[in-house]
Amino acid sequence: MTIFIPTPLRPYAAGQPSVEVQAATIADALASLTGSHPELRKHLFTEEGKLRAFVNLYLNDEDVRYLPAKEATSVAATDTLSIIPSIAGGACRDLPPRSAAADAFGAKETRVTGPNLQPEN
Amino acid sequence: MATTTSPSSLPELTPDDLSRYSRHLILPEVGMEGQQRLKAARVLCVGTGGLGSPLALYLAAAGIGTLGLVDFDVVDASNLQRQIIHSTKDIGRKKIDSAEEKLLALNPALKVVKHETMLSSANALDILKDYDIVADGTDNFPTRYLVNDACVLLGKPNVYGSIFRFEGQASVFATEHGPCYRCLYPEPPPPGLVPSCAEGGVLGILPGLVGVIQATEVIKLILGKGDSLVGRLLLIDALNMRFRELKLRKNPECPVCGANPTVTRLIDYQQFCGIVPESKQEKALKNGIPQLSVKELKRRIDSGENVFILDVREPYEYQIANIGGTLIPQNDVPQRLAEIDRDREIVVQCRSGGRSQRIAEFLQQSGYTKVANLAGGILAWADEIDPKMQKY
Repeated sequence: MTIFIPTPLRPYAAGQPSVEVQAATIADALASLTGSHPELRKHLFTEEGKLRAFVNLYLNDEDVRYLPAKEATSVAATDTLSIIPSIAGGACRDLPPRSAAADAFGAKETRVTGPNLQPEN
Repeated sequence: MATTTSPSSLPELTPDDLSRYSRHLILPEVGMEGQQRLKAARVLCVGTGGLGSPLALYLAAAGIGTLGLVDFDVVDASNLQRQIIHSTKDIGRKKIDSAEEKLLALNPALKVVKHETMLSSANALDILKDYDIVADGTDNFPTRYLVNDACVLLGKPNVYGSIFRFEGQASVFATEHGPCYRCLYPEPPPPGLVPSCAEGGVLGILPGLVGVIQATEVIKLILGKGDSLVGRLLLIDALNMRFRELKLRKNPECPVCGANPTVTRLIDYQQFCGIVPESKQEKALKNGIPQLSVKELKRRIDSGENVFILDVREPYEYQIANIGGTLIPQNDVPQRLAEIDRDREIVVQCRSGGRSQRIAEFLQQSGYTKVANLAGGILAWADEIDPKMQKY
């Protein structure tokens, strides 16, 4: 099946917009994906191995949260799995780029009350 | 929305209107009544940036009667690659003034209402209540949740668009029967996980694509025609020029629009999104490690907090001066992790903060989640807390 990787996560999947995996279920497909791209794991799963609450997964056009078998749902080679991230951009302020380290997962926003609160731009 | 207004109470079209909107008037889906509905409509654009530019321009051109603008930013040269409502001559000018000038030049009959402010929990309901539809062109998670919740509480449709690099999303939230933004994204991602456009870049044309989709949805809602994006998330991939759509469902347990809502008034959206107020500077990060000031550590010790201070200096240094931390010299830490409780908050300390920073990074990589570095180390402690402490 095809797993669509959203732009924010592509750096952790060798830059690929999509990845082909062979899998019997959604959980298998994710295991295969994170097996070949281990850096993705911490972005998708908590330390306990649960999908993170802000990660939306869609099997074709259906939200996996609303499938009866959820991640145990079986998949076919023609199915697609989409990882849908929250993106906030609307106009985008133009700030100096942050350091790569600050962009690492888990980094807290430090540039907080200033421009980040602006309703737009 | 306008569909609830009876045709007799709609504003008349002037002769100027009839010629200006003639291409609308001959569309069966718009016609005289539709154009009157557009004229009666009041739409709020939150933001006059990348999304807000095309959105406001097209809504003004289409004959929307009243357009509210929320912005308090000024035009920067780097905005002009995509924020087409502003011109080179506007650099340094308030966006809201620049936008008003362009909109009135396009359509002098338009009523522009300027809200030169940052949308907040304190003012959002008051600003939004006078509008029929809200179009969200913001650029940050706290404001997105704020706009969503305010729209749900007021029963106003929220026409959503968002962009990142070459990728866009659009939907219509907060309608009576459809899902809201929180149904799709119950929780915001941790700060720093999703880079902003300022950090990640954005194709200048992309907000044009997405903003025009938002404008289209606004017009359709006012006309009451066509299939809106209620219950659908449109995904736009400009790089491969693919449009996909996903089904969105109303979450019956949604904290704001569900059957038993727990969010019944606006909350602190900065806090909800995990954004730390600037006053708490000790939360500043270095390579992902919070930097704790000696004053904050002292305050925590004095208030009886169970903080584990890990002193990673050598034993002879500890003899010269210490603040009562547990001594594990830096090179011994990897073999002695069992002595360091994973569940407690750990403040790593050395002489001036360098070694402790490296050990804090090591602990974090080893799976410790609550690790901070004591900024300035014991020298800062001697300078700021205990002048009698021996410096070396």
